[in-house]
Amino acid sequence: MGKYVLRRFVNYFILAFIATVTAYITSSAFMDPAARYRGQNPPLSESSIKSILDGHGTNPDVPILERTWTWLTKIFLHGDFSTTVHNNPVFQEIMTRASVSLKLLLIGSILGAILGVVLGVWGAVKQYKASDQTVTYASYLIIATPTFVIGVILMIIATGFNRLIGTSLIRFSGEYTADIPPGFFPWFTDQLSHMLLPTLALVLMGAATYSRYQRSVMLDVLASDFIRTARSKGRTRKTALVKHGVRVALIPMSTYFAYAFGTLVAGSAMLEVVFSWHGMGEFTINSILQSDINAAAGSVLFIAVLTLISSTLSEVLYAALDPRVRI
Amino acid sequence: MTETLSTNQSHPPAEAPILEVRDLTVTFPNHKGDVKAVRGVDYEVMPGEFLGIVGESGSGKSVSSMAVMGLLPSNARIDGSIKYRGRSLLDMDDHEMSKLRGSEIAMVFQDPLSALTPVYTIGEQISEGLLLHDATMSKEAAHERAIELLRIVGIPGPERRVRAYPHEFSGGMRQRAMIAIAIANDPDLIIADEPTTALDVTIQAQILDVLQKAREITGAAIVLITHDLGVVAGHADRIAVMYAGRLVETGPVEQVFARPQMPYTTGLLRSVPNLATAGTQRLVPLEGKPPSLSNMVPGCPFAPRCPIAIDTCREVEPELIGHGTPGVAAACHRADEIASGELTAGSIFPRPEPVQKRVKNGDADRVLEVTGLQKHFPLLKGAVFKRQIGTVRAVDGIDLEIREGQTLGLVGESGCGKSTTIGEVLEMVAPQKGKIVINGVDVSELSKRDRLAMRKDVQVVFQDPMAAIDPRLPVGEVIAEPLTVHKVPARKRNDTVAEMLELVGLDANMADRYPHEFSGGQRQRIGIARALVTNPKLLVLDEPVSALDVSVQAGVINLLEDLRDSLGLSYLFVAHDLAVVRQIADHVAVMYLGRIVEFGASEDLYDNPQHPYTRALMSAIPVPDPAVEKSRERVLLSGDLPSPTDEITGCSFRTRCPLFALLPETDQDRCARDDPQPRRAESNLVACHFSERIHELEHSS
Repeated sequence: MGKYVLRRFVNYFILAFIATVTAYITSSAFMDPAARYRGQNPPLSESSIKSILDGHGTNPDVPILERTWTWLTKIFLHGDFSTTVHNNPVFQEIMTRASVSLKLLLIGSILGAILGVVLGVWGAVKQYKASDQTVTYASYLIIATPTFVIGVILMIIATGFNRLIGTSLIRFSGEYTADIPPGFFPWFTDQLSHMLLPTLALVLMGAATYSRYQRSVMLDVLASDFIRTARSKGRTRKTALVKHGVRVALIPMSTYFAYAFGTLVAGSAMLEVVFSWHGMGEFTINSILQSDINAAAGSVLFIAVLTLISSTLSEVLYAALDPRVRI
Repeated sequence: MTETLSTNQSHPPAEAPILEVRDLTVTFPNHKGDVKAVRGVDYEVMPGEFLGIVGESGSGKSVSSMAVMGLLPSNARIDGSIKYRGRSLLDMDDHEMSKLRGSEIAMVFQDPLSALTPVYTIGEQISEGLLLHDATMSKEAAHERAIELLRIVGIPGPERRVRAYPHEFSGGMRQRAMIAIAIANDPDLIIADEPTTALDVTIQAQILDVLQKAREITGAAIVLITHDLGVVAGHADRIAVMYAGRLVETGPVEQVFARPQMPYTTGLLRSVPNLATAGTQRLVPLEGKPPSLSNMVPGCPFAPRCPIAIDTCREVEPELIGHGTPGVAAACHRADEIASGELTAGSIFPRPEPVQKRVKNGDADRVLEVTGLQKHFPLLKGAVFKRQIGTVRAVDGIDLEIREGQTLGLVGESGCGKSTTIGEVLEMVAPQKGKIVINGVDVSELSKRDRLAMRKDVQVVFQDPMAAIDPRLPVGEVIAEPLTVHKVPARKRNDTVAEMLELVGLDANMADRYPHEFSGGQRQRIGIARALVTNPKLLVLDEPVSALDVSVQAGVINLLEDLRDSLGLSYLFVAHDLAVVRQIADHVAVMYLGRIVEFGASEDLYDNPQHPYTRALMSAIPVPDPAVEKSRERVLLSGDLPSPTDEITGCSFRTRCPLFALLPETDQDRCARDDPQPRRAESNLVACHFSERIHELEHSS
């Protein structure tokens, strides 16, 4: 077992390496890091721009492969992922922002998955009944709505709610309030009031897609022979579905989980911008807007690592749920 | 044992029936018209009785028993009455029914591969049934009882196996586990719905044995639903024949099999290849197909297929009533004439004449020659981390030979390497080891173009005609497709398609229709037409009739015989049904774990099998004749086919060999040490060291 886990991690390392280097090379080839300095007032001389770019290791006069090599040796010899255009080390910046994003992503995607599974199972059991139809239409509505629209709609609702109760109970700008009294309790309620809306948006989006998949898997399982067997043993329809159906219907969902988590990072970028959270999503978008090559490569590395971790998790989950694939 | 429990019709039992079904109808609403799956069925089951319900697919036999279990989908409309020990089952809700299900009425399902929940251990699934009906039972006690039940149904090492998951069990073992679940709470009625259909014959014999044992232990009545008349003949006390949602004949097995009163029963019995008589006489096809259950026309539903139908039959549907023989009832207007002997089976369904053979047996050219063919696969394990843990010896050095105009039957259990063998022949490339020669040409020496040309000479017919034909193409295009591959001009293609359709007994103007408009038997004819369209010399038939209903099997087998004899075709006929093979094959090769263990001319091999495996296979096949069945001595094989990855020294059959068990130790050593090579014994080629002692098997059993 240990050998296989080791081999797997070597594979992951290679995959993450390829993804990051490819991102570095393509962004070096297509981004123009000098552009952001040219429009400045007072204007910078071409030579001082070049020397700034040299400092970041993004001077377009140096051949791409040479730059890539320098960038890589810094990473492997010193653990240094170079600096952003704001002269912050990329690695430190990612670490701070990752904790912001992961707090949102983990809670949002796990709650979304659970709610989606429950709704999917419920919809399958009540197929074509009014409750199933309602969930189906609501899900498609959410899936069809762009992320930022959901964010904005939630903010409008929250504003109305705050006005109704007379205090700003739900806060939707930023990650925390700057001037809260010290102590755990004020901090905790502040966190809650800030996290509520972006988490709700993530949960809604996650639950909408998960419930569609779960419903169709569950419908397959409902028609299975083993449900009939369970009933022939003396289980009622309901307990047979819960005890034998749901467990089996979860198995294919674990694969979907990995991919959904990977795309969620990209999807949450919009939410971070809408709710002014300074997380990895914002970082990624800004790196592209500001032609920040080092930051872009760093963002890709972050997403790659996250995807690989979640795919491992989904495989572990798969093996835990399905005895047929255990080794 | 079975005789003592059987219901004797001349002395009706004093007890009341435990199950009484009266005027049961089941309708499935459908936007194209309601499907009347069951249309007024009456029957009862006595305590301890073994009732066999026989019918083709769509006859309503499964639906009617699912109605008894209360397991029909919620959209089914059920009318009539079902009484279990006087209590009306149709008035109970799911909660009340679930108290009865599994404790008093238990069920065994057809497909053991899908009937067990894959994520729970066998032990958990047996215990579940116990704990549901006995709230006082502890988990430990249920576990102990599960082990005991597994032992009863013949699972070796139950203490260990109780913790296994369903996927770690073979099909036969899973079906044993299903029976263990069914008998767990000592039920009074066990409904077994096609319990052996998905299994090999040797395993079928074991499972039927276990079912009999379960009946002895629990004293339960058994309702066995099957399409296999042989299974009913050997085990049931009473038979009920279903057709188009109604019972058409019931009675004690001996009487119904010997003197059926309903022409449908007669037709079924005459169309089934019988191991005892196969090959000596032609089969009697039962043409046509069962009526659509959504648009029933008035009259007897069998009338369109019945050779003795009169005008009344097309107007009034006959009642199921007695016709003079006690205990027997038949739904036929002319049953009185049949019962009195005025109409005999032979006059209702006369045997068709064989066609003239074009090529005589003997020194014809060799069409296929296979020598020392070998195909090994690496075995990989793990879904996440793949690694090789062994080698599957799918085909391990076999020789085959087919001459022009002849049929070679290749038989064996699933997993013995039959499919790999034909795959290798059809692939037409150099095998891993050995030689394949088709029409005198070694396939390893073929160029790409020659190989394409040779594909015309070798064609294949697949097992499942439902799956093997593209549902989106009109059948004319399906049949013409090989011609497009070989670049035949369009006009010639159309003529050939029309010719082929007529050749296989279909109408030439059916070419524009789509596959779903045809019945299973007709679709298999389309498959045969598609194979014949390139004018091949050799036809590989991969289980060509096993997916078909019994009544249409005979028609397809007869067609194959006629085509072979009139066109001079050669067949490589792969099947697990030995009776079907005997009907059509000139030579038979018996395969076991990638080897040919016995080869010989059909009559020699069937009349005087020399290998213990062949003998066991033959004895496992049920014969649709209760008199033969009850007097037969069986050679039961123990256990399942070993995994082809197992390293078995010496003879690979010795782990299951009934003869091996009888041998003295010194001889057993020889079986364990030396791999038996094929040698002449009587007139067959046999791979067994001790085939001369084969007769000892009979005295032992």
